[in-house]
Amino acid sequence: MTTTATRPAALDTLSWLEAEGIHIIREVAAELERPCLLFSGGKDSIVMLRLAEKAFWPARIPFPVMHVDTGHNFPEAIDFRDRRVAELDVELIVASVQDSIDQGRVVEETGPRASRNRLQTVTLLDAVLAHDFDALFGGARRDEEKARAKERIFSFRDAFGQWDPSNQRPELWNLYNGKLTRGEHIRAFPLSNWTELDVWQYIKREDLEIPSIYFAHDRPMFKRDGMLFPVSEFVPRLPGEDPFDARVRFRTVGDMTCTAGVLSEAETLEAVVAEIAATRITERGETRADDRFSEAAMEDRKREGYF
Amino acid sequence: MTTASLADPLDPLGPDQRTLLRLATAGSVDDGKSTLIGRLLFDSKQTFIDQMEAIERSSRTRGEDDVNLAYLTDGLRSEREQGITIDVAYRYFSTPRRKFILADTPGHVQYTRNMVTGASTADAALLLVDARRGVLEQTRRHAYLSNLLGIRHFVLCVNKMDLVDWDRPVFDAISEELTRFAGRMGVTDVQAIPISAKLGDWVVEPSQNMSWYPGPPLLELLETLEASDPPQHHASRFPVQYVVRPLREAYHDYRGYAGTMASGVLRVGDRVKVMPSGAETTVAGIDAFDHELAEATPPMAVTVRLTDQLDIRRGSMIVAADHPPIAASSIDAHVCWMSERVPLRERDRLVVKHTTQTTRALVEEVGARLDVNTLEYDLTASQLSLNEIGRVRLRLMAPLSVDPYDESRETGAFILIDEATSATVGAGMITAGE
Repeated sequence: MTTTATRPAALDTLSWLEAEGIHIIREVAAELERPCLLFSGGKDSIVMLRLAEKAFWPARIPFPVMHVDTGHNFPEAIDFRDRRVAELDVELIVASVQDSIDQGRVVEETGPRASRNRLQTVTLLDAVLAHDFDALFGGARRDEEKARAKERIFSFRDAFGQWDPSNQRPELWNLYNGKLTRGEHIRAFPLSNWTELDVWQYIKREDLEIPSIYFAHDRPMFKRDGMLFPVSEFVPRLPGEDPFDARVRFRTVGDMTCTAGVLSEAETLEAVVAEIAATRITERGETRADDRFSEAAMEDRKREGYF
Repeated sequence: MTTASLADPLDPLGPDQRTLLRLATAGSVDDGKSTLIGRLLFDSKQTFIDQMEAIERSSRTRGEDDVNLAYLTDGLRSEREQGITIDVAYRYFSTPRRKFILADTPGHVQYTRNMVTGASTADAALLLVDARRGVLEQTRRHAYLSNLLGIRHFVLCVNKMDLVDWDRPVFDAISEELTRFAGRMGVTDVQAIPISAKLGDWVVEPSQNMSWYPGPPLLELLETLEASDPPQHHASRFPVQYVVRPLREAYHDYRGYAGTMASGVLRVGDRVKVMPSGAETTVAGIDAFDHELAEATPPMAVTVRLTDQLDIRRGSMIVAADHPPIAASSIDAHVCWMSERVPLRERDRLVVKHTTQTTRALVEEVGARLDVNTLEYDLTASQLSLNEIGRVRLRLMAPLSVDPYDESRETGAFILIDEATSATVGAGMITAGE
């Protein structure tokens, strides 16, 4: 043991965010009885799952992961999901919107703009009850939109799964209060303080695998409301919505019926992040706005509307 | 602004050594706080084109001449309707030199608990004063609470300088008054800047209108602010959060204690005590997933292995053997009361959460209550209502390993939980324990 006092360097931001996320995950695992991690195969949940892997290493992750499955998936995302879950040797629960429809719990929308996006909530809450979960880890970030900027890291849901923004528990220091009253569950957000760029930088630093649809690829697409959607058996096209081949990537891996792609040539992580960072730089006014870049930003806003 | 950039924004995947600075700001209607934050986001180029279009529309709809940057920080629906900030909102921005998290809190007396919440995780306080109105009760309250919550770095923005003809004596008088006030509390790092958030003077760019101020601009000051003590100035504290027992073939005998470094430096080979038993042992290893570390510093999340098998569980604390914390069965603390339902009274029973330890407490005495306006203590008080702060003595059911909050935020802080509702009803900062 050396006696010379070395001067430990301050943690860089990514290491700081990682440490905070791991702390949150461990608090939930220690204080709640039945946590579960929501895993869609999307980039945020990939990062969250990585933090969970680190939090308990060399032990297995001590809770299951759950995918709320609309049935309208990108096959690439499902392949990835199954591979990652097998690698970690964790239990995967698939809560199926199709089952909710078959059981008459929800009624499917009809028409060309039908989406199962909103039906997911019922499926999710039914699964919480069926499995008796008292905590769900979600990958939401506070930089995503206005209401999220005010949500706690331990966020309470009543028996109806509702969030009451005017009645949130004060949250001080890193002392999280996980005490529940009957029927409540918590949503815990380990990535609250991450920005979108932090998530990408972390994926790069940790060399994490992500589904192939995040990278530029050729795919039949069609145009609707100024956005590009993937052609799929789940979406009937309206007159005039003719399919054409395009080179695109996706910024999120949601339900195929409501996830738009952006035109892109970015085939590597470096190129994807450069495009995303450039989106900011463009809008920071450092370079001239480029149509493709502003289109990507608009997609962000649209995404907020969906959720 | 010319700065040597550590991470080129054009190479966002290069090694990014940028550190994080957490700021807290407080204010109320009309003091220009939202405009300042909007300006920081806008001038540090964190806003998207579509966001700007939206606030331009809002500004036009509401009949305003200029684009109102304050709309960038618009929050919940009820807040927008009332034009005030009620809850803490967190904002994120970065420059080539640093990343920032800003806790944006309301300034009103009735939201003191939210101000305390925002300050609890901040490294520095951003104090905002309207140049026409000078240092107000609210400014003093914000400064006082920031100091109480352990913030030792104040940045004073004297805003709306455009409305006092960029007058230097106005700025000097306000700056002196607040520096004196902070000095009385023991805060010596106060940096004052004259600005106009609305027009942008000295926020990100130098000001032509106030060339008498030498700089640097606010953003550059925030980029270079040295806000944390080196960890080796403190004794090591490692609250055990979770015991890792893999029960897998490859790690059959592995037993590690997972947690977050609270203070000091923990090194492999260090002689340590395990609280509350006081048993001594040695650090055998520090694991961080795919690699072993020689040392851990706050706020790293690691897993510690020890050379001896001891009774260690969540709530135990691994500490420097030669500088242990106080094993307290009774604590004195400043408490900010946060319950709308009931006041804090003597003889009340509450749950205490401190680091990873949870126990019950009996309120033995409410000794004094702070008047947050005069900043004087009322020694005749015997209870605390919502948003009130007082000196409280608690008797603990099980001993806690504590340090004074002034020495260690992490091991000097606790929250109080109402057993009837499970709500968080108080925030405590320990002054003494026995």
